Amino acid sequence: MVNNVSKLKVAQQKQYQASQSTWNAIAHSSAFKDLMATKKAFIVPAFVFFVVYYVALPVLVGYAPQFMSIRIGWVNLAYLFALSQFFVSWIIAALYVVAANSFDHLSKDIVEKAQDNQGGN
Amino acid sequence: MSTSLFMFLLFIAVTLGITYWASKRSAGSSAYFAAGRQIKGWQNGVAVAGDYMSAASFLGIAGIIAFFGYDGFMYSVGFLVAYLTVLLLIAEPLRNAGKYTMADVLAYRLNPRPVRAMAAISTLTVSIFYMIAQMVGAGALVALLLKDSGISFRTAVIGVGVLMIVYVVFGGMLATTWVQIIKAILLMSGTLLLSILVLAHFNFNLGDFFAAIGHVTYHDKGLLVVKDFLQPGLRFKPPYGALDLVSLGLALIFGTAGLPHILVRFYTVPDAKTARSSVVWAMALIGVFYILTTFLGFGAATIVGRDYIVGHGGTNMSAPLLAQALAGNIFFAFISAIAFATILAVVAGLTISATTSFAHDFWTNVIHKGVERRPGEEVLVARISAFVVGAAAIAIAVALGPTANVAFLVGLAFAVAASANLPVIVFSIFWRRFNTAGAVTGLAVGLLASIGLILVSPSLMAIDPPTVIGSARHLIQAKALFPLENPGIVSIPLGFIGAILGTLFSGEVTSEDKFNELLVRSNTGLGAERATSH
Repeated sequence: MVNNVSKLKVAQQKQYQASQSTWNAIAHSSAFKDLMATKKAFIVPAFVFFVVYYVALPVLVGYAPQFMSIRIGWVNLAYLFALSQFFVSWIIAALYVVAANSFDHLSKDIVEKAQDNQGGN
Repeated sequence: MSTSLFMFLLFIAVTLGITYWASKRSAGSSAYFAAGRQIKGWQNGVAVAGDYMSAASFLGIAGIIAFFGYDGFMYSVGFLVAYLTVLLLIAEPLRNAGKYTMADVLAYRLNPRPVRAMAAISTLTVSIFYMIAQMVGAGALVALLLKDSGISFRTAVIGVGVLMIVYVVFGGMLATTWVQIIKAILLMSGTLLLSILVLAHFNFNLGDFFAAIGHVTYHDKGLLVVKDFLQPGLRFKPPYGALDLVSLGLALIFGTAGLPHILVRFYTVPDAKTARSSVVWAMALIGVFYILTTFLGFGAATIVGRDYIVGHGGTNMSAPLLAQALAGNIFFAFISAIAFATILAVVAGLTISATTSFAHDFWTNVIHKGVERRPGEEVLVARISAFVVGAAAIAIAVALGPTANVAFLVGLAFAVAASANLPVIVFSIFWRRFNTAGAVTGLAVGLLASIGLILVSPSLMAIDPPTVIGSARHLIQAKALFPLENPGIVSIPLGFIGAILGTLFSGEVTSEDKFNELLVRSNTGLGAERATSH
């Protein structure tokens, strides 16, 4: 137990520390701006798309129940649209994971550079 | 000894064993509150699923589909889509910039004491409403299932309460995590098995299954009716049904990202990348589960029938009754034991998030201004508050009684989370100008608006005919002042507006430097809390 606590302290001491001017410098660096632009380019459209696609379901089901009751095969449009939400969510999540790998590359460079400047960590 | 009782006891024995094992590894705040940040991505994903799929999902959704068909399935959809908000906006920044609670991120660049105090109030409100609903459900379920063994509602509630206190006090986050993992695996296998049995009942012919859903017969006010259960509108009826459906949808997809017991799970993994992979794991499991509610709910509607369920425990017993109809009493006992495990795991997750918030936000940071006076004090306070929270939940659940209408409590939790917590989390991460006044007004307006609107909604206000008696009567006997059951569509915008106006009307200038620091930290993980080694 004592051992755990002391290791915990060591882990906390190693934590990256920097002055406000360093944080500002990183925030204004082109590498960081690149990262933010890359993230925004994926996250904003993905977020807007899934919210619109999802809200369309209760709106259509609520305000156009007759239209949504049109039968397609064994089921109806309402059930198919609801079921599609699951697959659309999974697809967006999968696309995000792929996109996020490129975020990871960009942020890894930023983190490494910051730690090097601090004299290794 | 009945089979149900034996299965309950087996689950309890295994989880207590885990608690004993975890208790030896829970020294220090990071170990106790965040399982040493060493939970693997898939493990945390399964635990998130286990934390999330509550009695409301397993028993509640199966019941609402069995009674109202398609409209019930709308809950299933919202519960999964909600994770996109968590994945795209919340999980990674939270893991990168925080330590133990959601307030860590809020307090980063704002005046920490008022912000943490408000965040702790909101966290405790959400957790306790959610918890009482689960405990009343557990008590009613266990009392009904074990009625032959003479266990009363009161004994069942006290039993659940004591177990959750033991898990949390002795095992901390590590024991809670493993209880949730085991529960998620049990719940998934039970649901899968039940779905296969439903399909087998229709000779594995999906066409026959959906054809049966098209002609569900039951008695409505003494008349025999035939309904197409795939048709929308049996639950959400005009004039306000459509709007209520949209309101519920918004509360679900934005509420999940503000549920404290889900958010704290992202602190248990080593880094943001693992937080991301755990959301993806959770989405896979949760999605499959909610698609399978098609078989649970419609299966109960077609095979068991609404009339039979009404006479044998009501909507919440639909899934266990389906198991009994398909494979007899042993399977009924198995499914019931899973429902019990489900409730226990969720309650443990809620308790640990409530006590973490109290100990870390309120005790250490508000009262003692961020200084832990003695090593281990924060954990000690958390353990004591787990006792208090557990005892309070037991007392309230026993007082409410087994027939209490508790569905609105869970709805309230989602609405409060979406209206109070989400706006301030989003603004503190993404809006440079956001300040302390904005956070406090956002939390307060969201909290008051959602609770206030539920108080005057048709869930609590209506004029009942004299034939309605006991706890089935509405709390306030008057015409509802607000027409919707779910306040989300009004209270979520109010939460955002409160946060915006609070920010703009305050003269407080937030430190631009601090925002830059939070921006860099939350987006790159630079300086994030690390895993601790054993």
